[in-house]
Amino acid sequence: MQTILSIGLDAFAYGMALFIICIGLSLTMGLMRVVNLAHGAFAMIAGYIASYAARDLGMGYAIAIALAILGTIVISIPLERLLFRRIYGSPELTQVLMTIGITFCVIGITNYFFGPTLKTIPLPEALAQPVDVGFRTISAHRLFVIACGVVVATGLWFLIEKTAFGIKLRATVDNAAMADALGVRTQVVYAVSFAIAIGLAALGGVVGAEFLPIEPYYALRYMVTFLVVVSVGGAGSIPGAVVACIVLGAIDTTGRYLMPEFGNFFFYAAVIGIVCVFPRGFFGRAQ
Amino acid sequence: MQVIAPSEKLVAPSHTGAQIGRDVAGVLLIIAAGLAGYWLFPDNLALLTRVIAVALMVLSLDLIVGYCGIATLGHAALFGAGAYAAGIACVNGVTEPLTLIVIGAVGGAAAGLVMGTIMLRAHGLPQLVLSIAIVQLFHEAANKASAYTGGSDGLSGLMPSPLFGVFEFDLWGQTAYLFGLILLVFVFIVLKFVVSSPFGMLCRGIKEDQVRIRAMGAFVFPVLLKMFVISGAVAGMGGALAAISTQVVGLDSVSFELSANALVMLVLGGLGTLYGALVGTVIFMGFEHVVSSINPFHWMTMVGALLIAVVLAAPKGLSGLTDRLFASGRAKGGR
Repeated sequence: MQTILSIGLDAFAYGMALFIICIGLSLTMGLMRVVNLAHGAFAMIAGYIASYAARDLGMGYAIAIALAILGTIVISIPLERLLFRRIYGSPELTQVLMTIGITFCVIGITNYFFGPTLKTIPLPEALAQPVDVGFRTISAHRLFVIACGVVVATGLWFLIEKTAFGIKLRATVDNAAMADALGVRTQVVYAVSFAIAIGLAALGGVVGAEFLPIEPYYALRYMVTFLVVVSVGGAGSIPGAVVACIVLGAIDTTGRYLMPEFGNFFFYAAVIGIVCVFPRGFFGRAQ
Repeated sequence: MQVIAPSEKLVAPSHTGAQIGRDVAGVLLIIAAGLAGYWLFPDNLALLTRVIAVALMVLSLDLIVGYCGIATLGHAALFGAGAYAAGIACVNGVTEPLTLIVIGAVGGAAAGLVMGTIMLRAHGLPQLVLSIAIVQLFHEAANKASAYTGGSDGLSGLMPSPLFGVFEFDLWGQTAYLFGLILLVFVFIVLKFVVSSPFGMLCRGIKEDQVRIRAMGAFVFPVLLKMFVISGAVAGMGGALAAISTQVVGLDSVSFELSANALVMLVLGGLGTLYGALVGTVIFMGFEHVVSSINPFHWMTMVGALLIAVVLAAPKGLSGLTDRLFASGRAKGGR
């Protein structure tokens, strides 16, 4: 029982870190129908910015996170204007190739500037301490990640279900041409939700750095993980992404704790099983 | 050593004399380019053999992506299955090279059968994810079964016996290279027949419009599965060739990276033409050899920029580009 609870808590924290990154990708894929394999690259850029700000410039953790999110969004704007806009509505293969190309470029360029070493983001005192939660101690940072995940999930749910922007967004997802005809400025909706998606990737990249360390091949190494999570959850679905992250996070963490020599074996076996049973993901819509 | 040849159009190839003439010329060009490589780069034959092995894999990837329209990022699973099948057989006493190639083909075909059965259940994005999951699963399995595969150390100690009992696999890789070249030309000719057969046309039809083909009364799933098996056999031969020539099978032969690179090579050369697969492989691996020896990260930036450029400027790849140049040249000449 002790073990189950203990693993469960770690799995939940890991799942939440995954969720913060993946929900942005899920939005991009559900809304704009773009298979954005470069999503992890944006998380990586954010990690490098945060690491540079916190470690080399000595800024606070909160400021580093804010800087990372802003910086990544600023970098993503010209990319969206010049590159992503051309592949909206293209076949999947084109999108995959283009975004892999962007990922390679990001990896090459960041390493040219920052060097091929692992980047750490120093945690503030308050988050580095262990906290006693009754049956075990857990680092405060993990609780912080869980809190971030819950806040992001509720915030997005509120934004999409309860606000005027959310209504426009859902209308655009369902039928972009019709929403456009009814006066919804779909270009603005696209731009704003792309920015939100990138911002979430940046946030996830920074707070999740304890689970997914920021290193030169980050974008390539976790590209597959992110894509898998989104496709298992169903593109564009928040509950789907939550469930997928928790289930896959639990499988991955449990496998690593109990049978570390098998590596990712159980993770991918589970993915094949889930995709075969739910071809559109847990909560995916018919396309 | 470029293999630029007039590639066929996407419309139905008719068996006219001109078509056959062009194919013969194409095959002769491949042989000429291969022999030119043999004379020009006698010190790099190991690399050239590797290029041929990967070219076999990219050709087989073209069958799936270019002719059936199924996007996959897990093709290295088939290549690796062939490599490990041949490698394990070789370590356990089957050392005749031709037999090893056949074993590799069978291993690849079996992996293709499994992969096709799983992948064809889904469409679109989930299909792509399945292909990635399968190659990662193969990777983990190969890593775990270290008693048979050598795990992360790789399977080493392959000692193939001389080809036909005469030509030994020497240190300079001359035998391996010529053997690979002959294999490549043979496979290329067979695949030319396959893709212009009624079966190949049916695959193209499925790529264009699956619903319509179904309405015509053809069964889609078995046709695509058959193509997966053929593709697996070809990729497996490539894997076996790599295993024989390098005498070692590493975990990188079942990696996601190799799959992604193969797709990049194919798209660079051009989808849906067998020549495109060869051109793309040669150019990609040539550049990789030169640039990545300077700095691997420059290489990544370059490949990335190249990919973006190909997607934006030449969606049909280099062979599509040369086709367009030829066409515009002819139009100008006609005036």
